[in-house]
Amino acid sequence: MAEPVLDARGLTRRFGGLTACDSVALALERGQLHALLGPNGAGKSTLINLLSGDLKPTSGSIRFKGTEIAAMPPDRRSRLGIGRSYQKTNIFPAFTVFENARLAAQSRDPRPFALATDASRDPVSRDRALRGLELAGLHEHVERQAGALSHGEQRQLEIAMVLATEPEVLLLDEPLAGMGPEESTRMVGLLKRLASGHAILLVEHDMDAVFALADVITVMVNGQVLESGPPAQIRASANVQRAYLGHEDEHG
Amino acid sequence: MPRHLIAPLCTLALIAAFPLSGATFYVELTTKIMIMAIFALSLDLLVGWTGLVSFGHAAFFGVGAYALALLSPKAAAAGLWSSLGIAIVAAALCALVVGIFVLRTRGIYFIMVTLAFAQMFYFVFHDTDFGGGSDGRYVNLKPDASILGFTPFDLDKPNQIYYVVLAVLVLVFAFLQMVLRSPFGRALQGIKANEQRMRALGYPVTAYKLAAFTLAGALAGLAGYLLAAQSGFVNPEILSWHQSGNVLLMVILGGAGTPYGPIVGAFALTMLHEFFSSVTRHWQLFLGAAIVLIVLFMPGGLGHLVRRIRRSLFGGTRDG
Repeated sequence: MAEPVLDARGLTRRFGGLTACDSVALALERGQLHALLGPNGAGKSTLINLLSGDLKPTSGSIRFKGTEIAAMPPDRRSRLGIGRSYQKTNIFPAFTVFENARLAAQSRDPRPFALATDASRDPVSRDRALRGLELAGLHEHVERQAGALSHGEQRQLEIAMVLATEPEVLLLDEPLAGMGPEESTRMVGLLKRLASGHAILLVEHDMDAVFALADVITVMVNGQVLESGPPAQIRASANVQRAYLGHEDEHG
Repeated sequence: MPRHLIAPLCTLALIAAFPLSGATFYVELTTKIMIMAIFALSLDLLVGWTGLVSFGHAAFFGVGAYALALLSPKAAAAGLWSSLGIAIVAAALCALVVGIFVLRTRGIYFIMVTLAFAQMFYFVFHDTDFGGGSDGRYVNLKPDASILGFTPFDLDKPNQIYYVVLAVLVLVFAFLQMVLRSPFGRALQGIKANEQRMRALGYPVTAYKLAAFTLAGALAGLAGYLLAAQSGFVNPEILSWHQSGNVLLMVILGGAGTPYGPIVGAFALTMLHEFFSSVTRHWQLFLGAAIVLIVLFMPGGLGHLVRRIRRSLFGGTRDG
């Protein structure tokens, strides 16, 4: 097996008495799409927030290409090459679609001291931004105000912004949520293409999409990893079926 | 000429021609307003563009003013260029140090902590002798602008200081417009709009805010220096919370986050003050009511009114 790009071990996060994430181990490899499944409240978003740095772990380690990053703030992790999208659309609604992506791209070449430069004419971040928008299918809406986009388009912009930062690791929190069937198909196609060059962690409720895309699936329940393996193994797993279907069981 | 420049350039021409009227009192008043406009522009970089509502910006204004007063010998003039440089650097350093502390907080706490720091500056000058205590200190002779024997202007002449301040105002305005278009300025606007996302995109948000806070402090110091040079006198009131509130009011009244808003606000607030205090002893009541009405009916400030008028005159949706 190849060396994982992002390797989390014993990752734990407590909120008071609640353990939202309980010694989770997860490894993301380049060229692999790793899907994270689990019922609501299983700790999927907490795990993404721990990996991106939006939350600090109570204990555990996260290594990015061998470097320990568990204590790093989110901006440093982003600059290392870990990009994330948000479950709740998190854009700059008052700016144009282009400016949203351009700001994302600018973070790779920030040049804060180039005060005499007109940022919107900078060719490097401009190209990067347009590439991200093109990939996410928003190239026709470049000049529109981001807040005026449809919900599905805002989800696409969310992805375009992550792509404009050219990350190695993509942490995607329910990118398909709220998308129409056409946009959804397009996004699935995009994720398939991205998987070859990136390490992707995908949180998604759309089972068809997950089983069509994932190389590895990890199922979480109550903050713990229930099972992890290739889709066929997960599909056949009695544990997973019980967690998802067996509501009448002793699980209350 | 681009159409959106017509109105500002006409206004500029009017202001430039104003000293020809010979009304010295009003020339001096307008000079003071323009100094306040520079001060308000510096605060708007924080309030309107970075989303940092500072209620202690007078501290750096005061540091700039006191720098000139302290550098001026009793019976001689301070060198303008050296004392101006020191004033700006001193204000920037103070803002840098204060910024390191206050930027750990946000929202209402940021407002209170900036106020607390400004009060500390106020009491340093008020309660110790080194700046003349509560009586303040005179700048007996206006700073000397000569460079290598050549004197480009004489700050003792009201008309000349008027044009110097006008030139500084135009330069500061142009500088800030340039900064706001630069990658740094765009990042500040992103931080104002969505700080969390900027961090997730890889921006060291606190460092950007600290840079903005320091730059705003330096420009406030420049304005304070000009005030001391014009009035020939400094006292602790320059750093008081009234002054911080006054300049914040100018920004809000004119329209925070609009290019001309702070300038419009400085003129409007000072003129309203002059007008009401000339017609009634109860001017504060009327000034307060006028402010409430403006904020109530023009939530974006007078700057937005200017924009709306221009849009209806020239059409288009160009911001500015």
